[in-house]
Amino acid sequence: MAKPLLEIKDMYVWFKVFGGILKVLDGVNFIVYPGEKVGLVGEMGCGKTTTMKAIMRILPMPPAVIPRGEILFKGQDILKMKQVKLQHLRKKEISMIFQDPTAALNPVFTIGTQLQDTIRFAEKSGKNTEKEGIRTRAIQVLKEVSLPDPERVLQNYPLQLSGGMRQRVCISMALVSTNELLIADEPGTSLDVTIKDQILRLLKELAEKRNTSIILISHALGAVRGMTDRLYVMYAGSMVEVAKTKELFAHPLHPYSQGLLAATPRLTGGGIGEGIDGRIPEYINPPTGCRFHPRCKQAMPICKDKKPPFFKVGKDHEVACFLFQNHR
Amino acid sequence: MIILTNNILTIEQLKKHFVTRQGIVKAVDGISFSVKEGETFGLVGESGSGKSTVAYTVIGMYKPTKGKVLYRGKNISQESKKRSQALKKEIRIVFQDPGTSLNPARSIRQILELPLKIHNLSRNHKDIVNKIEELLKMVQLPVDYIYKYPLMIGGGEKQMVAIARALATNPSFVLLDEPTSALDVSVQAKIINMLIQFQKKFNLSYLFITHDLSLMRNVASRVAIMYLGKICEIAPASEFFKNPLHPYTQMLLSSISVISDEEEALKPKKIISKGEIPSPVNVPPGCSFHLRCPNKMDICSREDPVMVEVSKGHTVRCHLYTNTHV
Ligand SMILES: Nc1ncnc2c1ncn2[C@@H]1O[C@H](COP(=O)(O)OP(=O)(O)OP(=O)(O)O)[C@@H](O)[C@H]1O
Ligand SMILES: Nc1ncnc2c1ncn2[C@@H]1O[C@H](COP(=O)(O)OP(=O)(O)OP(=O)(O)O)[C@@H](O)[C@H]1O
Ligand code: SF4
Ligand SMILES: [Mg+2]
Ligand SMILES: [Mg+2]
Repeated sequence: MAKPLLEIKDMYVWFKVFGGILKVLDGVNFIVYPGEKVGLVGEMGCGKTTTMKAIMRILPMPPAVIPRGEILFKGQDILKMKQVKLQHLRKKEISMIFQDPTAALNPVFTIGTQLQDTIRFAEKSGKNTEKEGIRTRAIQVLKEVSLPDPERVLQNYPLQLSGGMRQRVCISMALVSTNELLIADEPGTSLDVTIKDQILRLLKELAEKRNTSIILISHALGAVRGMTDRLYVMYAGSMVEVAKTKELFAHPLHPYSQGLLAATPRLTGGGIGEGIDGRIPEYINPPTGCRFHPRCKQAMPICKDKKPPFFKVGKDHEVACFLFQNHR
Repeated sequence: MIILTNNILTIEQLKKHFVTRQGIVKAVDGISFSVKEGETFGLVGESGSGKSTVAYTVIGMYKPTKGKVLYRGKNISQESKKRSQALKKEIRIVFQDPGTSLNPARSIRQILELPLKIHNLSRNHKDIVNKIEELLKMVQLPVDYIYKYPLMIGGGEKQMVAIARALATNPSFVLLDEPTSALDVSVQAKIINMLIQFQKKFNLSYLFITHDLSLMRNVASRVAIMYLGKICEIAPASEFFKNPLHPYTQMLLSSISVISDEEEALKPKKIISKGEIPSPVNVPPGCSFHLRCPNKMDICSREDPVMVEVSKGHTVRCHLYTNTHV
């Protein structure tokens, strides 16, 4: 397979807060290959956004510290990059669409002002800086995200647009700058199903058209199924399973992945699985060993003592669970 | 007059409008349905379609602008302060957000003893403690939670407390307003299974509100779909997913993401969702869905369709069906 575009190696992120240290990310390993659509699912507070913010180097530090780990983008460690390089990275290479489109836009400036600033910023080094050119480009990207009446949208303030339209504007801004990796953090979660579906389809289309890699984050399994090639499942600060998306849905192996899949209601009916007892642990004093062990019905003595690494169980399938340590 | 019916709740032409600075919000605009004794009736709709407003009107937080709410055949279209204690004991509600529906300054004990005291359900101190412990056990929480405060427990556990509070008065009818939409699916599963179990055990009737159709498929016996304050379709749950009739229902079903091919096969094909949901202050004339509807005809922008029964128990409000069935 090709070299990874992005590779996170054994990364830890802690938050030093009043009363102690929140040990949130606990050895994250995560890879994105060029042109690939990768899903990341996990429940509330498992560390999805924190992982992505670390990639963008936008974690607030303090309180955040990164005691260990590397984030290699095309072989270079993002965590060691100087400001100038970082700016280039965010302008030209990686961009992120946030969970809440309202917070990502400034309510006191028109969409036109904000979008044109983004274009100017992204293309400063390049050619297209004259005023008309920027406006034309703005209208073009708004059209690309299927916003009707882009001229009017340019004159609107964020609050004059619906949630779905705001999310589209955010995507258009991300498109201005990206050409390699787009991170979409629960796009449309706050929106209605019919609108969310439109946004997801749009993202997929655009990524395929531009051959951009994409990381799609969601707390729901359904949203990533039709959208991604490979899928990571995250629990309490680290990845517990990764496989081709199809394979993961067909043969989930980690007890947490299995529990999540069983608990998801199905359109075919017949009742809902029993769910998983307990809840996600406190990060101030997380369980030792496998962080899932207090909730795991198959836990063994070793699970309490040691943190399971990824065990390879198939070509693209890895599971961080001691049940699979003697596989093959 | 004695009305022979097994409907525990009947809503007749209910309207609830709010006067705001932007104009009149027709949050609920002429809906009718009934809930049968012992069933789970599902109300589905996107954000702002008026689901909570229906629930709040049934519980008496709002007085209807027009129309009626009947409970066991008796008109209860009044605000809760005018309702009898007996009625308040009968109809209870679980709110959407467990974070704000439990008073953070009260201990779990205080939260659970309130309904017991108001409704005179315990004779003395010891009795109250016993009852509270029983309630906690019923929702599978440790009895020492009696001393905890909402902020000290997880979201799922808060919702269990809220459910225990609702059931404390031995009600017959419970409004469940998106009881799990703020929770993780692994926690949701536990709560839903518990609710189903309580329904059987205590012979409860539920009005279950959610925006999640896959969840609805697994809990409701009949389903109504709301769009902008109106109901567009009502059908038995199994029929509903097999044979959705209203173009909006079809769009909704084809938009949801599912986790298996078997489910994918149930979704209507090629109904690409388009358009934005209009503001409830400025509802489009005629059929309020016509701006987004792939089947729109001339009449749709002029006349609001009426509900017609297409097959037994399956009603739909769309000109595609009124034309052929008058
Ligand atoms: N700036 C911060 N200071 C302290 N704790 C933080 C900070 N940012 C995140 N955390 C904590 O880190 C944990 C992981 O948060 P994160 O936002 O990454 O989760 P998530 O998986 O994106 O969840 P969600 O599905 O809710 O978006 C949470 O417990 C959160 O409270
Ligand atoms: N007290 C109020 N005053 C003015 N407008 C209101 C009031 N309560 C609700 N509305 C409006 O009525 C409409 C329906 O609201 P409602 O809360 O019933 O929707 P919902 O279907 O429960 O939505 P959600 O899924 O977001 O909970 C919305 O447009 C809302 O803004
Ligand atoms: S009445 Fe007309 S516009 Fe409304 S849903 Fe039916 S076909 Fe579509
Ligand atoms: Mg997040
Ligand atoms: Mg609501």
